[in-house]
Amino acid sequence: MQTMPDSQTPAITARGLVKSFGAVRAVDGIDLDVPRGTIFGLLGPNGAGKTTLLRMLATLLKPDAGSAQLAGHDLLAAPHEVRKAISLTGQFASLDEDLTGRENLILLARLWGFRGRAAARADQLLEAFELTDAARRQVKDYSGGMRRRLDIAASLVVTPSVLFLDEPTTGLDPNARQSVWRMIRALAAEGVTILLTTQYLEEADQLAARIAVIDHGRKIAEGTSRELKAATGSGYLHVTLADPARIEAAARLLEERLGGEAQRNVEGAALSIKAGSPQEANAALAALVASGIPLDGFSMAAPTLDEVFFALTGHGAAPAPATGEPE
Amino acid sequence: MKPALTTTVVQVERPAVPGALSNALAFGWRAVLKFKHVPEQMFDLVMTPLMFTLLFTFVFGGALAGSTENYVHFLLPGILVQTVVFNSVYSGMGLSTDLGKGLFDRFRSLPIWSLAPFAGLMVGDVLRHLIAALIILGVGMALGYRPGTGFAGVLAALVLLIAIGFGVGWVFLVLGLVMRTPNTVMTLGFTGIMPLVFASNIMVDPGTMPDWLRVFVDVNPVSRMTTAMRGLMNGGATWGAIGLALLTPALLTVTLAPLTLWLYRRR
Repeated sequence: MQTMPDSQTPAITARGLVKSFGAVRAVDGIDLDVPRGTIFGLLGPNGAGKTTLLRMLATLLKPDAGSAQLAGHDLLAAPHEVRKAISLTGQFASLDEDLTGRENLILLARLWGFRGRAAARADQLLEAFELTDAARRQVKDYSGGMRRRLDIAASLVVTPSVLFLDEPTTGLDPNARQSVWRMIRALAAEGVTILLTTQYLEEADQLAARIAVIDHGRKIAEGTSRELKAATGSGYLHVTLADPARIEAAARLLEERLGGEAQRNVEGAALSIKAGSPQEANAALAALVASGIPLDGFSMAAPTLDEVFFALTGHGAAPAPATGEPE
Repeated sequence: MKPALTTTVVQVERPAVPGALSNALAFGWRAVLKFKHVPEQMFDLVMTPLMFTLLFTFVFGGALAGSTENYVHFLLPGILVQTVVFNSVYSGMGLSTDLGKGLFDRFRSLPIWSLAPFAGLMVGDVLRHLIAALIILGVGMALGYRPGTGFAGVLAALVLLIAIGFGVGWVFLVLGLVMRTPNTVMTLGFTGIMPLVFASNIMVDPGTMPDWLRVFVDVNPVSRMTTAMRGLMNGGATWGAIGLALLTPALLTVTLAPLTLWLYRRR
């Protein structure tokens, strides 16, 4: 496609990016390599530095140190060229609430140079994002899902080489989330490189070819979803005990059977532990029952973000202390 | 959404990059749309000066100037200055609101002339100043005001008024960029403006004021603006008075416009 640089150029390369707010190093030396046409996920809890990293790459924040190339343009030397190649959909809908959905898109189309064709372009986007019926309503009357769709449409007035999506589905109901996921996949299929941040392992797993796990401004792991899961176990066994007093005995038994360390939730009388396979989990449960520890319930589930963090860092995905700055 | 539509959406031909003027016009269009969608903003802008006009004219007018007609003749040009200065606070609040909602993040990540959003704010300001001034002028004329210099004088006064609004506007754009909430902009703005508007020659002749206050009133930029406006609308304007009225707006523009830009780019 004419808007894209040649296929050899990676969409994003970043080296040693650093950004501090006061004493807090929000981004503390991050490298990224994102090949063209892929979806890349930044996974981490609130305050990990994901948004700061995204804002630096989108030319909104100047890095304290480090360098980056986007679609072949240098972030620091040629920010205007970078802006021509990127689009940002922020965490909070960056729309004018007083204007209608259609007017918001016409404004952006005019800013991109569509002139006389701006309204036609807006209508095309509204139709594609199923907003035609709401086109002439003010954005302040839109639902969360409609806002999100309009916000993403606003990022596609011209096709960017790189699309940044900051927590694209946070606060959306499951239906709206599915529809945003479908849209993101369709865009990637058209060759748009997408860098998205998320707090949900499931979202990164569903969408991203590669995932970088971010904690306290650093990249603590990177790989495909499969590779990350290999590090965290294919699934987690969750057990609720009938008798909270037996939690230590149960934890030790599970650890002995399954290896690794069990996360103890003493108040809930619950345990979570990495299980290699359902068969091993089954055997561990049988051993619990055989040793006379009664169960209230159990389940087997894919690891949550918290469990991935526990496996990678030894601590949960607790949000970093507030810095007074947006993430 | 349907994948087929995605293709039509994504495979769009990129238009030529528009120039600075085109960018500015697009933001000007946004400012005009705001009037269409939020007409009640005019209510906020016009209410205070309207109440001042009615209150002062009917309550104090007779005592201060012999008759309400005489007083409205004295008061109206200054009330227009007050209106424009108050309006500027609202424009700073609007900027602060936009910044808080992340709207400017999108604008700043676009390959556009970085000043274009401010050009749009200016267009909105000029429109607000003009509409508010015309409403106040209309009410004044209903109360018996007649501009001594006729249509040409009023036109010149409106031009001066917009220049004043442009200059004063920078103060509140800076506040809008620095303060975290629109409410802080409003509180700070009005706290600064109130003494300037009252300790001026808008409502009364400073002749009866104590000496120390008269010194302040004489150097108060609001007084100088009012004097020039009175001259242009009622007669007796001098280039010197107009120059003095424009001095503060010019100084504010020269110092605060670069500061505004710097603050905006630094965010």
